[in-house]
Amino acid sequence: MASVEFRSVTKSFGSFTAVDHVDLSIGDGEFVCLLGPSGCGKTTSLRMIAGLETPSSGQILIGGDDVTGLHPKDRQISMVFQDYALYPHMNIADNIAYPLKVRGESQEKRHARAQEVAGVLKIGDLLSRLPSQISGGQQQRTSLARALVYPSRVYLFDEPLSNLDAKLRLEARGFLNHLQRDMGMTAIYVTHDQAEAMALATRIAVMDRGRIVQYAPPIEIYRRPATTFVANFVGNPPMNLVPVTARAEGDSVRLSADGVTLAPLPLSAGLKAALAAGPTLTLGVRPEHLSVTEEADNSIGGKLFANENMGPESLVTMERPDASRVTARIFTDDHVEVGETVRFGFAPEHVTLFDGAGTRIPRDGEAGL
Amino acid sequence: MKLTTPQFLSRVGFSAFAAILGALFALPLIWFIFAPFNARAEMGLALPDPFTFSNFETVFGNSLAIHALLNSLIEGVGAVIVVGIAATLAAYALSRSSIPGKGAVTYILLLFSSVVSGSAAMVPIFLIVSALGLIDTQVAVILVFAGGLLPTAMFILRDFIDGIPKSYEESAMVAGASPVQAFFDVALPVIRPGIVVVVVWAFVNVWGGFLIPFILLRSSEQMPASVAIYSFYSEAGTPIVTLLAAYSLIYSLPVIALYLFVSWRFGFRFFGGIKA
Ligand SMILES: Nc1ncnc2c1ncn2[C@@H]1O[C@H](COP(=O)(O)OP(=O)(O)O)[C@@H](O)[C@H]1O
Ligand SMILES: [Mg+2]
Repeated sequence: MASVEFRSVTKSFGSFTAVDHVDLSIGDGEFVCLLGPSGCGKTTSLRMIAGLETPSSGQILIGGDDVTGLHPKDRQISMVFQDYALYPHMNIADNIAYPLKVRGESQEKRHARAQEVAGVLKIGDLLSRLPSQISGGQQQRTSLARALVYPSRVYLFDEPLSNLDAKLRLEARGFLNHLQRDMGMTAIYVTHDQAEAMALATRIAVMDRGRIVQYAPPIEIYRRPATTFVANFVGNPPMNLVPVTARAEGDSVRLSADGVTLAPLPLSAGLKAALAAGPTLTLGVRPEHLSVTEEADNSIGGKLFANENMGPESLVTMERPDASRVTARIFTDDHVEVGETVRFGFAPEHVTLFDGAGTRIPRDGEAGL
Repeated sequence: MKLTTPQFLSRVGFSAFAAILGALFALPLIWFIFAPFNARAEMGLALPDPFTFSNFETVFGNSLAIHALLNSLIEGVGAVIVVGIAATLAAYALSRSSIPGKGAVTYILLLFSSVVSGSAAMVPIFLIVSALGLIDTQVAVILVFAGGLLPTAMFILRDFIDGIPKSYEESAMVAGASPVQAFFDVALPVIRPGIVVVVVWAFVNVWGGFLIPFILLRSSEQMPASVAIYSFYSEAGTPIVTLLAAYSLIYSLPVIALYLFVSWRFGFRFFGGIKA
């Protein structure tokens, strides 16, 4: 296993910059997820680690060695492709053992090893079939087996679960989690599914338009999203964002917006700096921190727009006077009717504030960004 | 639905026209099937009576005719090997590399290919071939055929390869394979159906080609079957129809067999952009 490092890596396709001055340091044995919307440069970043794409500028290091110009075959890495890339003319055993074949291993050794890995992945009885004769989930495990069959310094995954149905996806996710802990593998895992990233990663790098906007452990990303972009991307459903106008009153700040009542907040250093740039801020509250309330203090008011029952919980969405929507995750027992006027209350400590540029305003006593 | 009288008449007229047209095209085929087995075959249609193989005996007794089939085979196989290898390598490179302007290269070549093998270029081709001292050799015929077929073969194959995900070779290379290993182990087997289609198409073209061997070959021992058919004339200059008919049938069998083989083994479809 080895560490991976990006040093100011940029990749352009013609005049389009797919990856823009990315610095990223992945420790030995870490499981890092690259998370972001489609087209933000995740696959391109991964392919540069594999050597399938050459950076336009910057360096990539594996295990401390500069591999920027190295051919993929010389990097000692494994990669699981989104489309699995199983060789259609080889049976499952030969597919799994192909990396050993190019390493010149003997036929018996190859088969024994393929058998072993296939057994771990529960595809041991499929070895003589062709890829076209097995199911999608089995193909996915075959491609995983091919990546695991030889010793590798870094494991790369490009949305390996995106072609599976929901149940298989959960199962495979659990397996990967277990595997990573077992092997202590260095893994870089691309996904656009925030739940997958949350479940698997030791650290998540959230990407937006070729840049990394936040690189932190999942719980940190969830609790302290660096920007409104991250806040809006992580969480299911994501954080509610409400534009508010702030007015300093002596030692406190009063935030106001249509239908929002909020007790004055102490004027922290961060808030002071944000207000210097302008009075418009964004207030963020996660749906799970909202509840239906009668009290006016620290609440948002509006008309109930939708009520989706999800078993023990419900997602209830209100429409505010300015037509923007706020969603709360509540117990199904808290009965509310669509069309009713409701208030969603929250505790002040669950509020996240973002400045005019969308950057989170740190609280007092917290290290500034 | 009820048809009005003019509509009805126009339908009848159209059907009659189509039937006549169909019959016109069917007549030569009927002749082609019956005449070889008729000892007194003429240009007209007649049921073989008696049904006989004597025409075939005459053909197999004619050493020039049999030799011509062998020459056709040499030319076909030779050109197919050249076209198959060159088109595969070129199409693979054109598909997988990121050379700017590679699309233009293919289109320009395609444009010129019709010129190269077309009758307009026969004089310069003849001059080049005789300057090389290759007149009356199978090598010349093979090279000229290959040159003419190559651009189209490349175009068809490139289209086919474009439709194959790059991730096959990429996964092989990440797994430790060199580009050459990835090509032979992974890419080539996946491309093979496309190569087979191109190879059969090229073979059929060479097998049926007349002008190129007619011009480049002098001696009758070198003639391929397409040219040899021309030699089945009596002293008086009239065609020996019996011989001609039997020979034509033999001559067309390999082509029919090839098409059947390909459609049985791979199915005939054109891949990607070129749709027949
Ligand atoms: N070979 C390429 N040529 C041109 N543009 C590309 C190429 N590969 C990727 N891109 C562009 O770069 C951007 C990032 O792509 P990608 O890394 O695949 O995104 P993601 O995996 O995050 O969805 C996309 O806008 C894509 O169109
Ligand atoms: Mg991608």
